[in-house]
Amino acid sequence: MTLFAQQFVNGIALGSVYALVALGLTLVYGVLKVPNFAHGALYMAGAYVVYVMLTAVGGSYALAIAVAVVVIAVMGAAMEFVVFRRLEGKSSVHAMIAALGVLFFLEGTADVIWGPDFRPVPTPLDGVVTAFGINITEQRILVIVAAIVAMAGLYFLLKRTLVGMSIEAMAQDREGALLVGIDTRRVALITFAISGALAAIAGALIAPLVLVFPTMGAVIILKAFVIVILGGMGSVPGAILGGYLLALAETMAGTYVAFAFSELIAFALLVLVLVFRPTGLFQKGV
Amino acid sequence: MSGAATLRVEQLGMSFGGLKAVDQVDLEVPAGKITAIIGPNGAGKTTFFNVVAGFYAPTAGRVLIDDEDVSGLPPHKVARLGVARTFQTTQLFPAASVLDNVIVGRRLHTRSNVFDAVLRSRRHRREEAESRENALEALEFTGARDLADVLVANISQEARKRVAVALALATEPRVLLLDEPAAGINPHETEGLTALIRSVAVERGVTVCLVEHKMRMVMDLADHVAVLNYGKKIAEGPPAKIRSDPKVIDAYLGADHDA
Amino acid sequence: MGSAHVRRAVALGVPLVLAILFPLLVNNPYLVSVAVSAYVTAIAVYGLNVMLGYTGQLSLAHAGFYGIGGYTVGILTSDYGFSFWLALPIALAFTSLLGHLIGLAALRTRHDYFAIFTLAVGVMIVIVIERWESLTGGTDGLIGIPAPGSIGPLSFTSLNSQYYLALAFLVFTIYVVWSLMHSLVGRTFLAVRNSEELARAVGIDAGRTHQLSFVISAALAALGGGLYAAFSGSIGPDVGDVPMTFNMLVYLMIGGVASLPGPLVGTILIMGLMQALQAFQEYTLMILGPILILVVVFFPGGLAGQGKVLFERLTRREADQ
Repeated sequence: MTLFAQQFVNGIALGSVYALVALGLTLVYGVLKVPNFAHGALYMAGAYVVYVMLTAVGGSYALAIAVAVVVIAVMGAAMEFVVFRRLEGKSSVHAMIAALGVLFFLEGTADVIWGPDFRPVPTPLDGVVTAFGINITEQRILVIVAAIVAMAGLYFLLKRTLVGMSIEAMAQDREGALLVGIDTRRVALITFAISGALAAIAGALIAPLVLVFPTMGAVIILKAFVIVILGGMGSVPGAILGGYLLALAETMAGTYVAFAFSELIAFALLVLVLVFRPTGLFQKGV
Repeated sequence: MSGAATLRVEQLGMSFGGLKAVDQVDLEVPAGKITAIIGPNGAGKTTFFNVVAGFYAPTAGRVLIDDEDVSGLPPHKVARLGVARTFQTTQLFPAASVLDNVIVGRRLHTRSNVFDAVLRSRRHRREEAESRENALEALEFTGARDLADVLVANISQEARKRVAVALALATEPRVLLLDEPAAGINPHETEGLTALIRSVAVERGVTVCLVEHKMRMVMDLADHVAVLNYGKKIAEGPPAKIRSDPKVIDAYLGADHDA
Repeated sequence: MGSAHVRRAVALGVPLVLAILFPLLVNNPYLVSVAVSAYVTAIAVYGLNVMLGYTGQLSLAHAGFYGIGGYTVGILTSDYGFSFWLALPIALAFTSLLGHLIGLAALRTRHDYFAIFTLAVGVMIVIVIERWESLTGGTDGLIGIPAPGSIGPLSFTSLNSQYYLALAFLVFTIYVVWSLMHSLVGRTFLAVRNSEELARAVGIDAGRTHQLSFVISAALAALGGGLYAAFSGSIGPDVGDVPMTFNMLVYLMIGGVASLPGPLVGTILIMGLMQALQAFQEYTLMILGPILILVVVFFPGGLAGQGKVLFERLTRREADQ
């Protein structure tokens, strides 16, 4: 039972990161209608910003996270402004290929600056809390709490602010949004910025727990795609729930079945969903 | 397989979630005649076509072609049983020539496979030549033969409508479904297209079923008219009778008020 | 009509003669070996073009099939002593079968879902290659793959003879793709890409068409991969990894998607440039990324598309005079 509780907490921590990455992906899909293959690179860049702040620049971890959020939000917005804005009205294949181009560029740039090596990030919170017989590192507690705060913030933004409501309106009906006077380009720009900020938070939170390297976004982006397909492309609650569920399934399978097995769960789910509900679980019919 | 066929639907229903787009429709489209389906916007006309042509599997009822049940078959199988259709937007391939577009309609009558293509087999050469000939003949019939080598991107809207009909005819249909064939063309061009559709039924002996908003065209062309409103058939009969049917007038006026 | 024939003969003949004379003209083993890799890669890029260019779906598992073809040839020839000439058709058949099975699931989706699904397949293929160490040598890969055995008097141990073998397979590939696209089958590919709805309405089985395109695409990837393994004598998991698909996509988009010369032009040009600029190798991705974006945004037809526009402009002027 203790092992289960321990792994449950670990799963929730991992799920927090998955959910944050999937949220950014699903928001961008809502307005762009294209899977942003470069999204994992934003997560990677967020982790590197924290790495640089903690190793070279100095300052607190909180400052490092804040800087990462700002930098990556700007990067996300720049992506929209420089690339995707120009592909409006073209086929989705073009936007997907352009997204791959952005991914290349960001991974290549990280590789040029920091090299392909795996780099450890100093752990600012190295304490361990023991409660009910389970040990949780302070960093994991921070991951869980910070992710909840970020999601609450996102919820407030989407439901209580004009910008957020515009994002939702546009996700549901782009032309309709244009008709009622929403500046769709501005909304797209802001959505990319928010998506970048969420990826940055995820990268910044995970960085001290793992090693950072240029292609670290590649694995998580695939999982984020699985989550978003399960939860419904464009669905915010789906991304959150899916993130926690996938991470829990992986952690439990890794504990009780085999470690190698846990990695395959995401793929197995993807295959099952696409075979039995090819258009995704929540996508509208033709 | 050749010759006109009767299209019959029995208690046909198609619902999306709770919305009944087509609801308990019984209709017979007689062989070799022209039947028009009219109704206000959102009455379920295009959905009706989509069900008949196999794009949606009906949630209730049956679709019969000469008493053969085709309900639930995928569109390419329905097409092979002799039902061709056109779309509101013609959907032709703009970067290919008119002839190349129409030849595609012959594919269901050919059997050449990848190996025939790579080995340039005799079968492939023969089928390619026959397809070309049949496609040109279909273009001739629709009055678009002169455009055979022109890219679809460079022809007029009216010509595209004719090419779309030629493509459908190239499949040698027994039933032809035309979805707003005259949308987006001027009155003069509409007259020409009306004549073409009439000749499809009269000269080619194909059963024609069309959805159309242009009332003059419908009254001119149709032997038989069915009226849909909110997915239900509210009236049916010869054009003259439909024109004075109070239920039909109501449906249209009601729709106008809503809009 | 006559001048069109002449023009086509020139367009085909000149590059072919140049390709045949290339090893003699440059007399430089290094350049010849670069050309061999470019030809072998180009064969796989033709496969990518069948799927992306002609039926319009982006498959991100393409390098996976390239890797499977390569590993199949490598394992059969080095571990089981098969002749290359037997191993290659087996690799093609096996990869096609696998492509067919994967296609049955993947092609229940289209467009963005298809790209995501095939990306996952691509990643899974590499995981399997890396983990199945007893068969594949794991992350170290396979070494000591023998060169293709001789056919009668023709032996393929020298670099130049391998060059001509690669060229022969490349010409074969281009012929297959050309004949396919100028056939009733190829017309259905384009019809399905243009409008799946219209294609189905005129009796084309769109699902089967996509499936066929996917299998042909996988088979060409396997052909390229099998040749790669035999020529380079070794193969590692990175050959079948997703970044390799990205590279092929760059070659295809720059050369010109949906065109016949595009895959070859793009592959030779970019692989050649990458060799010439080896000092800047670490910047490759950083540079190729923005180039890919520029092509997609401003020249979606790639070099072949631009060439065609230029050619049409020139010939129109000719016709006007």
